[in-house]
Amino acid sequence: MNNHDLPRWASAFVLPVLNLLSALLVAALVIWMLGENPGESLKILVNSAIVNPEGLSYTLFYASTFIFTGLSVSLAMQAGLFNIGSEGQMYFGGLGLTLATLALDHSLPAWALIPAAMLGAALFGALWGFFPGYLQARRGSHIVVTTIMFNFIAASLMNFIIVKYLIPLGEQNTASRVFADSAAMPRLNTWLPVLGDTPLNVSFLLAIAALAVYGVTVWRSAWGYKLRATGLNQHAAHYAGVSISKMIIVVMLISGALAGLGSVNSIMGSTHYLSLNFPAGAGFVGIAIALMGRQHPVGIFLSAVLFGALIQGGFDLSLEKPNIPTETFIFIQGLIILFCGAMENFYAPAIVALLKRRKA
Amino acid sequence: MQPAVEFRNISKHFGAVKANTDVSFSIASGAIHGLVGENGAGKSTLMSILYGYYRADGGQILINGEARHIRTSQEAIRLGIGMVHQHFMLVENFSVLDNVMLGAEGGFALAAQRGATETALREICQRYRLDVDPLAKIEDLSVGAQQRVEILKQIYRSANILILDEPTAVLTAQETASLFAILRRFKEQGKTIILITHKLQEIMDITDTVTVMRGGKVVGAVATAATSKEELANMMVGRPIENNLPRGPYRPGAPVLQVRGLQLSNRQHVKLLADINFSVRAGEIVAIAGVSGNGQSELLEILSGMRLPSAGEVDFLGRALPFARRHDADGLPLQFRALGIAHIPEDRLRDGVIKNFSVMHNTVLGYQDRLKNRWGLLDFAAIGRRCAELLKRFDVRPANPDLRIGLLSGGNQQKVVIAREVLAEPKMMLVGQPTRGVDIGTIESIHTQLLALRDAGVAILLVSVELEEVRALADRILVMCGGKITGELTIDEFDTTRIGLLMGGMHHE
Repeated sequence: MNNHDLPRWASAFVLPVLNLLSALLVAALVIWMLGENPGESLKILVNSAIVNPEGLSYTLFYASTFIFTGLSVSLAMQAGLFNIGSEGQMYFGGLGLTLATLALDHSLPAWALIPAAMLGAALFGALWGFFPGYLQARRGSHIVVTTIMFNFIAASLMNFIIVKYLIPLGEQNTASRVFADSAAMPRLNTWLPVLGDTPLNVSFLLAIAALAVYGVTVWRSAWGYKLRATGLNQHAAHYAGVSISKMIIVVMLISGALAGLGSVNSIMGSTHYLSLNFPAGAGFVGIAIALMGRQHPVGIFLSAVLFGALIQGGFDLSLEKPNIPTETFIFIQGLIILFCGAMENFYAPAIVALLKRRKA
Repeated sequence: MQPAVEFRNISKHFGAVKANTDVSFSIASGAIHGLVGENGAGKSTLMSILYGYYRADGGQILINGEARHIRTSQEAIRLGIGMVHQHFMLVENFSVLDNVMLGAEGGFALAAQRGATETALREICQRYRLDVDPLAKIEDLSVGAQQRVEILKQIYRSANILILDEPTAVLTAQETASLFAILRRFKEQGKTIILITHKLQEIMDITDTVTVMRGGKVVGAVATAATSKEELANMMVGRPIENNLPRGPYRPGAPVLQVRGLQLSNRQHVKLLADINFSVRAGEIVAIAGVSGNGQSELLEILSGMRLPSAGEVDFLGRALPFARRHDADGLPLQFRALGIAHIPEDRLRDGVIKNFSVMHNTVLGYQDRLKNRWGLLDFAAIGRRCAELLKRFDVRPANPDLRIGLLSGGNQQKVVIAREVLAEPKMMLVGQPTRGVDIGTIESIHTQLLALRDAGVAILLVSVELEEVRALADRILVMCGGKITGELTIDEFDTTRIGLLMGGMHHE
C-alpha cells in the first residue's frame, strides 16, 4: 500500500495529524502511568508553549534553529541524500561564527559584524558538509556513514579547539569569552514588548525568509528541477545533462551552510558565547522535522514550531509536575519520530478503505 | 472435454478506468491460446485476475469446468496455474535449484529436500529438453536460460495451465525458436498455454486459437488457422494498419555525423566497441541492427554524451565532439543537446523519464536550462503551453499534463519522450528501441513521426533489435555484432537471411 492511492489532502494533512495524535496518545499513557493527569499536563504544555505570549516567544525561538537544521536535512533529501550530519555542521558552523566574531566584535559595528559572523557560520558549516559530499560524489563513500563520522569528528575537534584555544585565561567554563554587545542579534521584543524578556530574535525572520527561498528554489527554479531530478532518478538526471557529482557536492555545501546558520540563533540570539556541545541535538531534531514536514516549507515550519513547543512546554511541565522529568520531551520527540517518520503510512490503508466505502 | 479455463462475464474497474468489461471466452484444454491486444487492452488485468492478484468485480472463472474463487496466487498455484512474468522473479545470486525451492522449501532442514528437488529438476529438464543446469547461478545465465528457469519452476510446481506474459520481448530469434519448441512439447504433454504477446507473427506461428482484446472487451475469438496477421492487427487497433508508411524520396544531404575509429573498453578491459566507422547524413535514417548487447547501446550512449569513448573521434557538422580532455561524461549530454543532438533513450524508464514527475515536468527534462528566465526560474506558463501543444500534437492519452507519468502506459510515456526530443528541433536524432513495449497503434504513430523528421532533413541514427522496424524505417542498415560493424546494406538490399548471418558475426564479402 502506498500513499499515492490517497488524495493529496489526506496524505498531506490527515495522515500527519493522525500520526501526531497517536504519538501524543502514547505519551499521555506514559504520563498517566507516572501518576499524573494527562489532560492537565497537556493543558500546562499548551498554555506555556502556545497561549502565553512569552512562552510562544520561546517556542518560536527554539523553532528558529530547528527551521535551519530542518531545511538543511530537507534540501539534501530532495537530492536523495540522507544528511544526518547537520548536528556536526551546525556545531562547526558555530566555530566559524565565533572566530569571525572574536576577531571583529571590537572593531566592527553591529550591521557589519552580524553579516560577517553569519558568513563565518555558513562557510564553516558548508565546509563540514563538503567533505562527506565530496567523498560521496568522487569516492562513493556512503553519505550516511560519512556524516555520522563527521559528527563525531566535529565533536572531538571542537572539544580540542575550545579547551585548547578558546577558553579565556583563568576561566573554568568550557566556552569562549562572551561576545561584545554589538554581536547580539536584535531581539524582537524591541518592537513587540508583549514578548517579554525572551531571546526570540531576527533569526526567526531570517528562518522564514530561508523557507521561502527554499520553496521557490526547489520547486520553481531550473536548479531545483535538476536537484529533484537527481533525487528521484540519477540516470535520468545524467541524461538531462546534470553533473551528478557536482550536484551532490553543491547540495552538501548548501545543506551544511544552512545547518551552520542554525548556530546564529543559538549563539548570537541567546548565549553570546561558544560553549561545548551547544547544538544539543538540534541537528538531529532537523531530521525529524524534515521527515515529518515532508521537506515542504509549510511542513517544516509547522514541525519546527511543534518541536519548539515541546521543548518549551516540556520544560515548564517538569517544573510544575515533579513526577514528570525533563527527559519526557526527548521521549515524546522519539514517539513523534516513530509515528511520523518510521510509521508514516501506518494509517494509509485504513483511510483508503474508508474513502472507498464512502464512495461506494 | 471441458475447457481448461473459462471466463464468464468478467468485469474489473480501477477507479473510473474499466479494465475489463464483460469478458467471456474459453480456452480448450491442451491448446496454445494467444491473447493479443494493445497496451491497456486489459490482457494483463485479466491474467492477474486468473492468477489471483486481483479480484474481479463481477463474473466467474471456471477451471476444468468448475467455478473457482481464486483469491491469492497460492490458490492459483494449487489449481495448477503457473505464470511466467515478463520481468523474471528470480534471485540473481541463488542457483537455479535454490530459486525453484524458494517458497517450496519443505521444512527447516534443506539438505534432504535439495537432493530430491535436484533429481526432479533433472528429470523435468530431460523430459522437456530444457537445457538448464540446476546448480548454475542465475546471474551467470543468459536471458533465454533465465526464462527457462521460470518455466522449469512452474513445471516443478505441477502447473497445467501456463501463462506467459510477453515471453519473447527479451529473446533473440534463436532463443524464441527454442522457447516455442519447448511450448510445443508442453502441448504434447496435454498442458494448456496462454501466450500474451504483441507480436502477431508469433501468434500465427504457434497458437491454436486467439482472443483479441481492445478497450477491456473481447473483440474477437478465432481459430488461428482461419485468420491472418492483417485481420488480427485490424481487430486489435480497430482500424486498418498501414504496413508501408509513406515516406519522401531518399535525398541525403551533407554528412551530419562522422564516426571514426571509435573504441570503448570497460574496466575489465573487455572491448565493447572496436573500431567503429560510419557516417549519417542529413535526411536519412541509418539503422543499426543486431542482437541486443552487441555494443549498440554503448554506441548511442557515447554519441549522446552519456558516456566517454576510450578512443576515436566523432565529428558533428564538421566539428569534433568535445570528448577529449574529459575525465567523465558529467554534464556532457547538455552540451551535445546544445549542439543539436537529441536522444530518445533505449531504456525509457531508467533514462528517459522521471516516473514521479508529472507529464509536464517530464517535458522539461534535458531542456530545463532553456526554459528558465533570467532569475533562473522555470517559466511554467510557457512550459504549460508547450506541454499542452505537445500532448495534442502527439496524441498523448490521457492529455492531462499534471498526471504522474508513471501512470501512463508505456506507449504514451514514449510519445512524451519523443515529443520532447522532436520539439527541440534537433539536427541529429539518436533513437534507441523507440517501440519497445509499445502497442501496434502507437508504433505506427511513432514511425510516422520519425519518417516526418527524416523528410524534414534531420539525420537519424536508429538502434533497433526488431528487423520489422528496421525495414520500415531505414535508408541504410549497419549490422553490429560483438562490438564491430559486420556489414552494411541499403534498404533495397534488405534480406532477412543475410542480416541474420551478419548479426551472428558471419562476414559476407
